[in-house]
Amino acid sequence: MGETVQKPTVPEQAGAPAVESTSAGREPLLEVDHVTLRFGGVVALNDVDFTLYKGEILGLIGPNGAGKTTCFNAMTGIYQPSEGEIRFRGQRITGKKKHHITKLGMARTFQNIRLFPEMTALENIQVGADAHHKTSVISALFRLPRHRREERDGLEKAERLLDFVGIPHRMHDAARNLSYGEQRRLEIARALATDPVLLCLDEPAAGFNPAEKEELLQLIRKIRDQGITVLLIEHDMRLVMGVTDRIVVLEFGKKIADGLPAEVREDHRVIAAYLGVPDDDVA
Amino acid sequence: MNSVREWIYTGRHAVAERWHNAPRWTRWAVIGAVIVFFYALPNREFYQWLGPIPTTGSNFGQVLFTISIYVLLAVGLNIVVGFAGLLDLGYFGFFAVGAYTVAVFTSPSSDLKTLWPWLLALPLAIALTMVSGVFLGTPTLRLRGDYLAIVTLGFAEMIRVAATSSEFLKGQRGFNQIPHPPGSYSDGKPIFGVLDPRPYYWLVLTVIILVVIGVRNLNRSRVGRAWISIREDEDAAQLMGVPTFKFKLWAFASGAAIGGLAGALFAGKQNFVSSQNLELLNSIIILAAVILGGSGNIVGAIVGGGLVAYLIERFRGIEFFGVELYEYRFMFFGLILVVMMIFRPQGLIPNRRRAAEFKDRRKEVIVGG
Repeated sequence: MGETVQKPTVPEQAGAPAVESTSAGREPLLEVDHVTLRFGGVVALNDVDFTLYKGEILGLIGPNGAGKTTCFNAMTGIYQPSEGEIRFRGQRITGKKKHHITKLGMARTFQNIRLFPEMTALENIQVGADAHHKTSVISALFRLPRHRREERDGLEKAERLLDFVGIPHRMHDAARNLSYGEQRRLEIARALATDPVLLCLDEPAAGFNPAEKEELLQLIRKIRDQGITVLLIEHDMRLVMGVTDRIVVLEFGKKIADGLPAEVREDHRVIAAYLGVPDDDVA
Repeated sequence: MNSVREWIYTGRHAVAERWHNAPRWTRWAVIGAVIVFFYALPNREFYQWLGPIPTTGSNFGQVLFTISIYVLLAVGLNIVVGFAGLLDLGYFGFFAVGAYTVAVFTSPSSDLKTLWPWLLALPLAIALTMVSGVFLGTPTLRLRGDYLAIVTLGFAEMIRVAATSSEFLKGQRGFNQIPHPPGSYSDGKPIFGVLDPRPYYWLVLTVIILVVIGVRNLNRSRVGRAWISIREDEDAAQLMGVPTFKFKLWAFASGAAIGGLAGALFAGKQNFVSSQNLELLNSIIILAAVILGGSGNIVGAIVGGGLVAYLIERFRGIEFFGVELYEYRFMFFGLILVVMMIFRPQGLIPNRRRAAEFKDRRKEVIVGG
């Protein structure tokens, strides 16, 4: 049902039907269904509605303060929508506990890095891997077989992921001693350790130089090739255009466009949102 | 001198460095030697060679018993404060629950008149303290930082006031004739008697070793990682799939169980429990011990607990220009804490991760200079 409602919001978009046809028959993974989120009198998200399909890289863009991170926070259970609901893999996740949502297969990184600074890189990833582990006090206390098995599993996974994101040499260093770029990579590795179906990256390229951005692009594609769906919040238009399959644009908490990168780039409302509108156009 | 300065500023002395690089068998040999030393310590034949270390004002065996109880408490509180980062100002309340459980079920002055042996009351004391930990934690662990500190402070006061004014808990009159732990020598004399404090010390020392092994196992598992991730960034931990509430509750319950165990051991030795044992100061001293030793490090907690308890006792019986130093013990104690916080905020033996961080800061300085 999400698709039919999407249309009126971008009526002037000539390419809109094309999006419908590419998404038809694909399996929706995450449905943000007319979500409104109010903080007192402030409407942070206003009737936001989009669907994320399995296997795609969706970009969520918009000017500062458009509600992108708020949208992430609503999806991952930090905020509860005032209206509407969010479904993930067909399940309603509104009102679910944060760690349950993670277990369902949604993982995220943060706009301002939030690693566990005094744990080593390895331990940071192990925490992510522990999301699906069941060892609790009794089995850990007596080092029962389950503890040993899960420890081995977590360690292997962590080493593999450190390799995958390209920082195996920092394994035993405290996270806070890693360079900025390494910390961003470590955050991605930690999120991947939770075995996500959907990976949400909140401005992963913030503060990166062009070469580092290029490496990040490669990494995101590599992640997608592993069958993980990616939702990407990003400011850098070039990066977004280069990697995403589809883009949703937010402005002042409202969705103003939704389509292929090429279409969104041409959308005059998006251009207006990013570049401002000349005075005579407003009149 | 140089190495002392390095130790103060870098958080890592060459000894610590060598320790971490030493082969396994060396480390086990050192640990074994330390354990043997502490088992031998209360014997006069041994400690008479140690110069001014044994206390002069009171029986050294008795002092060692007190110290061992503090060490056990510090190890327990370290789980709550050091690992999970939950500021608990009322930890001694759990000690009280443990001691009073034993008293109520074993003492003839109790209204219950169950007259259980000590050993039967011990598991019940641990279980009840764990329950009280969960009971206190369930509503309060949703609070953070300062709020949690205030609530735990209130908990310890509640226990104290209840013990003072409740008819059932006997107030200052207390419970007497609490039975000792079981066991007798081959000649029929009981191991745990009234006169010799050493067997109690050896018992607590053994308990400490077992507890430390258990805590270390926890620390090096999913549980320990969950605790530390909660300390570092609770929201991020939750979003990485850590059931934070559950593990905070476990931290509280495990810490409480150790506190209760210490209380039960104390009651079994002391023979007498009353509300006079329950000063707020005790909670503060244990917290200070954990921080002094190095919050988040098991060895640090042991050293902190031992040192604090020892220093307090060491002042007893020393006169300085006619002034009894024992009267001023807490002033010195406060002074040491202040100096520590200025020069070595990470504690005497910081946890490995923090040590690495301080070391790195030194590197930066060298590169910069």
